[in-house]
Amino acid sequence: MKSAAIARWREPSVLPGFPLALGLTLAYLGAIVVVPLAVLALKPWSLGIAGVWSALTEPRVLAALRLSFTTAALAALVDAPLGLMIGWTLTRYEFPGRRLLDALVDLPFALPTAVAGIALTALYAPNGPLGALAAKVGIKTAYSPLGVFIALLFVGLPFVVRAIQPVLEDLDQEVEEAARTLGASDLQRVWRVVLPALAPALVSGVGLAFARAVGEYGSVIFIAGNMPMRTEIAPLLIVIKLEEFDYAGAAAVGLAMVVIAFGALVAINALQARLAGHGRT
Amino acid sequence: MRPLVRLPGAAPLLLLSSLAVLGLLVVLPLAVVFQQAFSKGVAAYLAPLADPDALAAIRLTLLVAAIAVPLNAVFGLAAAWTIARFEFKGRTLLLTLIDLPFSISPVVSGLVWVLLFGAQGLFGALLQAWGVKIIFATTGLVLATILVTLPFVARELIPLMQDQGADEEAAALTLGAGGAAVFTRVTLPKVKWALLYGVLLCNARAMGEFGAVSVVSGHIRGLTTTLPLHIEVLYNDYDFVGAFAAATLLASLGLITLVVKTALEWRFADELAAFRRR
Repeated sequence: MKSAAIARWREPSVLPGFPLALGLTLAYLGAIVVVPLAVLALKPWSLGIAGVWSALTEPRVLAALRLSFTTAALAALVDAPLGLMIGWTLTRYEFPGRRLLDALVDLPFALPTAVAGIALTALYAPNGPLGALAAKVGIKTAYSPLGVFIALLFVGLPFVVRAIQPVLEDLDQEVEEAARTLGASDLQRVWRVVLPALAPALVSGVGLAFARAVGEYGSVIFIAGNMPMRTEIAPLLIVIKLEEFDYAGAAAVGLAMVVIAFGALVAINALQARLAGHGRT
Repeated sequence: MRPLVRLPGAAPLLLLSSLAVLGLLVVLPLAVVFQQAFSKGVAAYLAPLADPDALAAIRLTLLVAAIAVPLNAVFGLAAAWTIARFEFKGRTLLLTLIDLPFSISPVVSGLVWVLLFGAQGLFGALLQAWGVKIIFATTGLVLATILVTLPFVARELIPLMQDQGADEEAAALTLGAGGAAVFTRVTLPKVKWALLYGVLLCNARAMGEFGAVSVVSGHIRGLTTTLPLHIEVLYNDYDFVGAFAAATLLASLGLITLVVKTALEWRFADELAAFRRR
């Protein structure tokens, strides 16, 4: 109904300002997004195809890309059960301080990444409270891939919680009631009724957490230790290459990150569409 | 409506686990910022904040946000007016382009400006001949910040304005109001809280942005270090109290943003895009 109303008024003569607003939007997007990203897409090829290939297959670059994508994927996957638990607690139970807890979920969004970076490092460094604790049982947290993972876990958590919360709130009571009257146990209802309904939102939340984690810089570089081949993330490698005035090499790594992340998001969207289709039938 | 599924005995367990995860992962880092900043007393906390470089960093952060946020707000209004009020081919493409900055690494958002305006960039030689400096200067910081924060206002306004529809605007027009009057007297009041919400998030990100500005800044103390970069400089100099003292300013900004955001969500849920459908 609403779209019909808009359609009726789509003639520029009725609602004014279309040329101005469209012109402004296109000019701004062109200058800020399209032209700069076009340059990113074109710059690496000044090395030639063989040059791009050798720039990307450099062991240090491969190690950085592998670290960035695997730790991001792992952190997003671990965020899934944690986010699920927190989202469930916030929507299904009433307790004092629930709204405060709900607001706190957004803290990783609100805390600037550099602040989160030095704070996490202070906690997990060998002389920090949590780092010392882990060191006692022989686990190195900061300045190891595990440190990168912890920072990415922090960054991604709100994406999962915020993705599933509205779905959990809207979930039809009657479906769960029906399952109950048909004799399904509590666990069965969660497993067979609630989780399938949540799956598409959960997948999209994990996808968003992953996308954010792959490119994350500020909260990671302090805790990572940045040892070449071991704890150097891909965005840091771009910075290093720029400092060496290797613009084309930096652009190659940047473009590779954008392309791989885009491919991953397409795959995640396809999975989400499949799960959503399943839920309906 | 709650609780629907009871899971006997699970409620306290889930609540405690959620509290533990949020406390350990989210609240503890915030607490440690203040603990570290005040670890050597109040005087040691205040001294690094009165440092000329710190004051310059604060001024620069405010300046960059004061340019980037209004520009992105105007863009957000224009984009929302275009996309939510008219049907035309390529709307989906436009929406994708607006979302794009959210899905690329902040470092890449800085890199693209170096590729354009850096010493060996596309326009590097030309800028040098003209004596114009963009990279390692305030202009570069502003450009990088604009790119990173571009979607915030538009993303908040577009779904809300699509949802609200154009009936009232159309009615105002038939009653003889001019285009400017319709926009300022009908549309703006309908979206004002959403606009504020978008501007709030945009500003928080603009002032806290690190990766993108780090690439274009060159870290020239007192000249091109914004507050987040100033934190990094102090931290790498092993001036931990100074770094955490500067960090308390940004952490406080984050907390204030969170409080205002939550207040807006509680008070004006119907007038914000994300909460309308709940």
